[in-house]
Amino acid sequence: MDTLILLVITGLGLGALYFLVASGLSLIYGLMGVLNFAHGAFLTIAAFLGWEAGRRISDGTWTGLVISALVGILVGATVAVLTEVLIIRRLYERHIEQALVTVGISLAAVALFEGIWGTDPIYTDRPAWLTQTTEILGARIPNDRFVLIACAALVLGGIVLFLRKTRYGLIIRAGVENRHMVTALGIDVRRSFTLVFAIGGAAAGLGGVLASVYYGYVSAHLGSVLLIFAFIVTVIGGLGSLTGAAIASVLVAVLQQFANFYLGGTGDLVVVVLLAAVLLIRPRGLMGKAA
Amino acid sequence: MTAKSLRLVIGGILLVVALAVLPLLAIDIPGVLPGPTYTPGTLQLLAFALLIAALALTYRMMFGLAGLLSFGHALFFAAGAYGLAMTLEAFGPAEWPSALVFTVSIAVTLVLGFVLAATVGALALRVTGISFAMVTLAFAQAGSVLIRRNPGSATGGDEGLALDTSNVPPELVGVVDTRNLYWVALGILVLVYLIVLWVEKSRAGHVAEAIRENELRVRVIGLRPYNVKLLVFIAASVLASVAGMGYLLLQSGAAPRIATADFTLTLLVIVVLGGVGARWGAIVGGIVYTLLDQRLTALAGSDAIAALPDILRVPLSEPLFILGTLFVLVVLFLPGGIAGLPARITTGRKQHPAEPEETVDA
Amino acid sequence: MSGPVADEPILSVRNLYGRIAGQQVVEDVSFDVPATGVTALLGRNGVGKTSTIKSILGLIDRTGEIRLAGERIDRAPTHRIVQRGVAYVPEDREVFGSLTVAENLRLAERDRSPRRELVASLFPDLEARREQRAGTLSGGQQQMVSLARALVNENRLLLVDEPTKGLAPRIVDEVADALAEAARTAPILLVEQNLLVVRRLAERVVVLSSGRVVFTGSAAELLDDHDRVQRFLGVHDEREAA
Ligand SMILES: Nc1ncnc2c1ncn2[C@@H]1O[C@H](COP(=O)(O)OP(=O)(O)OP(=O)(O)O)[C@@H](O)[C@H]1O
Ligand SMILES: [Mg+2]
Repeated sequence: MDTLILLVITGLGLGALYFLVASGLSLIYGLMGVLNFAHGAFLTIAAFLGWEAGRRISDGTWTGLVISALVGILVGATVAVLTEVLIIRRLYERHIEQALVTVGISLAAVALFEGIWGTDPIYTDRPAWLTQTTEILGARIPNDRFVLIACAALVLGGIVLFLRKTRYGLIIRAGVENRHMVTALGIDVRRSFTLVFAIGGAAAGLGGVLASVYYGYVSAHLGSVLLIFAFIVTVIGGLGSLTGAAIASVLVAVLQQFANFYLGGTGDLVVVVLLAAVLLIRPRGLMGKAA
Repeated sequence: MTAKSLRLVIGGILLVVALAVLPLLAIDIPGVLPGPTYTPGTLQLLAFALLIAALALTYRMMFGLAGLLSFGHALFFAAGAYGLAMTLEAFGPAEWPSALVFTVSIAVTLVLGFVLAATVGALALRVTGISFAMVTLAFAQAGSVLIRRNPGSATGGDEGLALDTSNVPPELVGVVDTRNLYWVALGILVLVYLIVLWVEKSRAGHVAEAIRENELRVRVIGLRPYNVKLLVFIAASVLASVAGMGYLLLQSGAAPRIATADFTLTLLVIVVLGGVGARWGAIVGGIVYTLLDQRLTALAGSDAIAALPDILRVPLSEPLFILGTLFVLVVLFLPGGIAGLPARITTGRKQHPAEPEETVDA
Repeated sequence: MSGPVADEPILSVRNLYGRIAGQQVVEDVSFDVPATGVTALLGRNGVGKTSTIKSILGLIDRTGEIRLAGERIDRAPTHRIVQRGVAYVPEDREVFGSLTVAENLRLAERDRSPRRELVASLFPDLEARREQRAGTLSGGQQQMVSLARALVNENRLLLVDEPTKGLAPRIVDEVADALAEAARTAPILLVEQNLLVVRRLAERVVVLSSGRVVFTGSAAELLDDHDRVQRFLGVHDEREAA
């Protein structure tokens, strides 16, 4: 029983990280048709700069962590917006080329991060509470899981509110469904492209800081690993669907935890099998719009 | 055969012959090659470049011809390298002559590569476009994870797998025989080129091309795009395993790096850099990229770079940073890649991909 | 540039070419839409009527000279053209199925004071269904949403593509009523297969054949000429087409 709870909550925590990356990927793909390989780089740069800021001001404290998170969000959003405005926009509506430049950006970025911060993981200091555990129904749950889950839930709630309640949210929802008709109503849909990059970058930035809390280190490859699972999550959830991304994040992460524990560390393989199964049964994913 | 294609064939043969006699010559191109062409170090690098060119050629067949953007091509290259290494190690009845063991191992690896390609292709091709890219990525990732996990100590994990040379023909082992390995690599490139050419010129190749242009229309005339795409996928993947086997012999081992998504991304960079529009683009791209990578790495370690201030030194000492940036620039400003250069120069046309501010929204 | 002249057409199209996926679908099309009334754009299935409208809006690649009240719009992106007062009712409605009726309408509001009362009075059905997802509406109701999206703003020109396609006769009449009402405030370029509707609404017609204009003139003149109707549209008379 206690193992079960530990696995589920750890899975939820990891799922929270996946969601923070996948939400942006899915929105960006849904609205613009861009497969953004640079998303992992947004996460990594935010994790590094967040860590640099946090440790300079107050290393290993809650203040430090909050500053890291704020800096991470800001950096993620800024870098994402710059990428969209300076590079992606030049290749408007050319989806393959857009995916290709993001591939180039991600390769170059990871190399640059290695050049600046080295190839080895840098272990980070965290507030003591985060390294302790809390007992729930006999299971000793590492506290950082709770923070991850709470943050992801807040982000999910925030994005949903934004999409439901604001005019830009309305434009984005409509654009995911039919971009051309949005322009045909006299709306410059390109502005919302920049906006989804900003939102996605901010979520990934927060994800970067939280990933460094979860793993206990920052490294140039932090984003690349999460990105691959986020891609899988996005496909399983259905490209363009935020709810789908949320559900699939939890599904994939929990499954991964269980397989790692009960099936001898085969979590990653089981996820791929799940992906194959979803594609066979329902190629558009759990909540994706019909192709 | 027209005069033009005859000239092309003769040119091709001359080029292959020229490449074949390289190890017997002492050509030294400082700055491009590490030493004269007969030295093992240089031959090793050139052979590697030829194999990468062959691999890029197979990738171009999928991406350039059939429009299949796969992010999992590395899986099949790794399957060739690891497959051959593992069969050579695991199997080899003592009473068999080693030449037979070697041949059978190659055959077994080919079959393995075929089965893997057919399985992955059959599944992944159920979806198209970007989803296809992600699914192939996921499969390759699974392969990469498996290799790193080192199940039953079969793959050597992060250390990689050394080639068990007991059944490898002695002519293909050791530094003095780099020359032979170079010829093997050249042979693989020529073989891959001919098969790719044959596939592209075949009916299936034409249909694949038509599918890339307009899948709907192909469906309308009653052909099943799925089968044709699967055929191209399998052909490209099996040929990639062949290149992988060459890599194993050349490097005397397999490293887990060749199974990663980054390795596939490198291939993509090579093909786009060379130009997806032409076969020779992939070859030139493969060779240019390999040499560039090697030279940039050498440059990174040089005193000239070490003397620079940090802000220049850090980026310049990361070859992948330079290559990644170069790639972005090529996609933005040179859509045809290297292969597109001659046409751009002769027509003098500026085709800037970026749209002017006031144009079509759709 | 000269100021607006009394008889200046609201839309003038000269040598328009349009391409979809590298394929020429509109070829050297030229015509005018007068500043008042309904102009019908006719032609058999697949001649390029929809493509012509989309080219005008910049929804597909196009070249040629397009003027809205004398000003060039052929280099402007779609949203700018629409902002200048061109409303579009696409073939097949293209409502946002996952949004509610109210959200569909809100999205379309460009003006500071949108004409919500007018829309409510034209389409009372929609008022009752404001919170329903547009994707779950019937075809006729979706067409109302699509028309309402256009009529909620003050427009200088309406581009309406087959608004009666696939609708029951009673709904066809309702749509025609709404268009007649709309035509009193703005000129309309109307693609329409139902010749009864064309006769009721249109003063002028432009007929396309394989991407080119083959006839321009008064609607009555064309519709009374059975030979031409047969030749251009492949139908014997309007009742058959209805
Ligand atoms: N996306 C597309 N890809 C390829 N060809 C297209 C595409 N859309 C339209 N076409 C072609 O362009 C031509 C003109 O189409 P268009 O939709 O403009 O005709 P139309 O006059 O509106 O026909 P209808 O009366 O049936 O609505 C047709 O031959 C059609 O097949
Ligand atoms: Mg039409």
